[in-house]
Amino acid sequence: MVSQMTSLSPSQAAPHPAPLVRVDDLRVRFVSRDATVRAVNGISFDLERGKVLCVIGESGSGKSVMMRSLLRLHPKKRTVIEGTMSVAEHDIGALSERAMTGLRGSLVSMVFQEPMTALDPLYRIGDQIVETVRRHEHVSRQAALARALELLQLVRVPSPERRLRAYPHELSGGLRQRIVIAMALACRPSLLLADEPTTALDASVQIQILVLLRKIQREMGMAMIFVTHDLGVAAQIADQVAVMYAGRIIEYGSAGDVLLAPQHPYTKAMLAATAKDQDRSLALEAIAGSPPDLRALPEGCNFAPRCKFAGPDCTVATPPPITDAGDHMARCIRVGIVAHKLTFSATTMPTI
Amino acid sequence: MWLYAARRIVLTIPILLGVTIICFALVQIAPGDPIQNLLSPTSSAADAARLRAAYGLDQPLPIQYFIWLGRVLVGNLGTSIANNMPVAGEVMHAFSNTVVIALISVALAFVLSMFFGVIAACRSGQLADKLITAVAVFGISVPPFWLAVTLVIVFAVNLSLLPATGMGANGSGNFSYFQWTSLKFAVMPITALALPPLGIMTRTTRSAIAEILNQDFIQTLRAKGLSEASVVVHAIRNIMPQAIAMLGLQLGYLIGGSVLVETVFTWPGTGYLLNKAVQTRDIPLLQGTILVLATAFVLINLFVDLMQSLIDPRIKRS
Repeated sequence: MVSQMTSLSPSQAAPHPAPLVRVDDLRVRFVSRDATVRAVNGISFDLERGKVLCVIGESGSGKSVMMRSLLRLHPKKRTVIEGTMSVAEHDIGALSERAMTGLRGSLVSMVFQEPMTALDPLYRIGDQIVETVRRHEHVSRQAALARALELLQLVRVPSPERRLRAYPHELSGGLRQRIVIAMALACRPSLLLADEPTTALDASVQIQILVLLRKIQREMGMAMIFVTHDLGVAAQIADQVAVMYAGRIIEYGSAGDVLLAPQHPYTKAMLAATAKDQDRSLALEAIAGSPPDLRALPEGCNFAPRCKFAGPDCTVATPPPITDAGDHMARCIRVGIVAHKLTFSATTMPTI
Repeated sequence: MWLYAARRIVLTIPILLGVTIICFALVQIAPGDPIQNLLSPTSSAADAARLRAAYGLDQPLPIQYFIWLGRVLVGNLGTSIANNMPVAGEVMHAFSNTVVIALISVALAFVLSMFFGVIAACRSGQLADKLITAVAVFGISVPPFWLAVTLVIVFAVNLSLLPATGMGANGSGNFSYFQWTSLKFAVMPITALALPPLGIMTRTTRSAIAEILNQDFIQTLRAKGLSEASVVVHAIRNIMPQAIAMLGLQLGYLIGGSVLVETVFTWPGTGYLLNKAVQTRDIPLLQGTILVLATAFVLINLFVDLMQSLIDPRIKRS
């Protein structure tokens, strides 16, 4: 852990460190009698140890589905998962159910969006944390309880001894989210999946939780995939940013590249729609239209119907990923590489 | 916790008083004059008045109520008009006969319904779920008295495996639930009584578990690595307040409402006694029986409330 803490300085000295998470062409669809919902349509990314990947996108863009797939939390009967996912050399798709439950909460753990309903209402906070610890580590109840106390201190819960004996309904939303985070950290995971952990909280509490997560993530040298639809949050916390639309990553790169020099029209439009640092006299620009119906995705670029720069050539085929030397990727036929940098140019648009 | 329990117990006192008032009033409202039933057609009006005074029926109603209540509080439920026996003894005797088969039936139904309900919820839509649902619906829809008669025809008449009626050679005097010679008399009544609650509770358990399994915290439990069995344990604990409420309700019904089944099997319990009291217009007996049953119902509910608050910490707050 110490070595990982010092690795805050550029540790990419090793030529090709094996990434902690490797997702290759992940496809998820939910099959029911009436329709097939294609929630994730070919996602690939790598994540190194100790790094934070922020996944941004509208509701229904497949962010949460992708996260749950990494833990195999989808109902088995109705879900078809294709592609490969591996975490720390474990092939998630090939693991037995037993081995998978062994990884959940120890190697990979998850923090959910809604702290008010994420805890079992009938169990004391301490017991819920103890249960997690003892599920994965053969320690006495006393030792597990001591660990639970440490965890509450780690996530800055005031008067932790008393909170251990509290029931979830006796705590505020912010405190509950801290408890959920403490529980996720109970077995020192290598990868933390955070599914909009601050969305349901007050603005001031959001910042606290965010700062806390970032701090703990750095201290523990833990990798994190952080789903959000808040670009400000992404800028605060991300090393890498992936922008999702209709189940695909349509732009990917370092936080600086994606948030400061976005190339995909969707990312540009989304950044233009945020209120931060904008002239008050200017009207906020919303993205017209609504996300596509995942039951019947059209051919070609799925953002085309809402895109200002779309032409007939956009709906011919799904745009291939274009990646520059700095690993900045976008899926848009109007994006090319100019001087080793990804560059959007509307001029290639045919005149109609 | 203790404060909540104390408050809950104090609150049952007015309920119990209300029960006594209703018990007393019900009988006053009922048509028919019990004194007329006791007199021979040739007796005079003076005879009737004397008898009326002897039973205290000539007093104004509130006075009658308080006199009656005072006696009830010291365990004197009056004397049966039909056979001049103390009502209290007769009711308690019948009550104990009923309580035992009702308790066994409900306990059986509760355990089995938990088992089947959880399986059905976890195997939702599969063969096991469909089979269990079919049996549960059968249990709910079959009238218990029909089931009782059918059981008698099959097991007593055709197969001669079980005795058709009663509690055995010496009645309830030396009945023991630990000896087959006695217990075999209780098998069919228990079966007939247990089936409807089994059906209802299985359905309730199934839907309650399915609902809990859809809640967010179940996903948290899975995400922290719990096995499916441990997740189900959490779900079962979460439906317990509901299940116990159901259990209390069913037990209440069986204690008071088994008139038909007890009559078919001539089981000398409260249902049988109620039937007898109504048919002979034995008002003190009827009153006493209803009072004991209603009190039992109130106490069962109190017990259910306390158990619920013990399991679910959120209940105490309100």
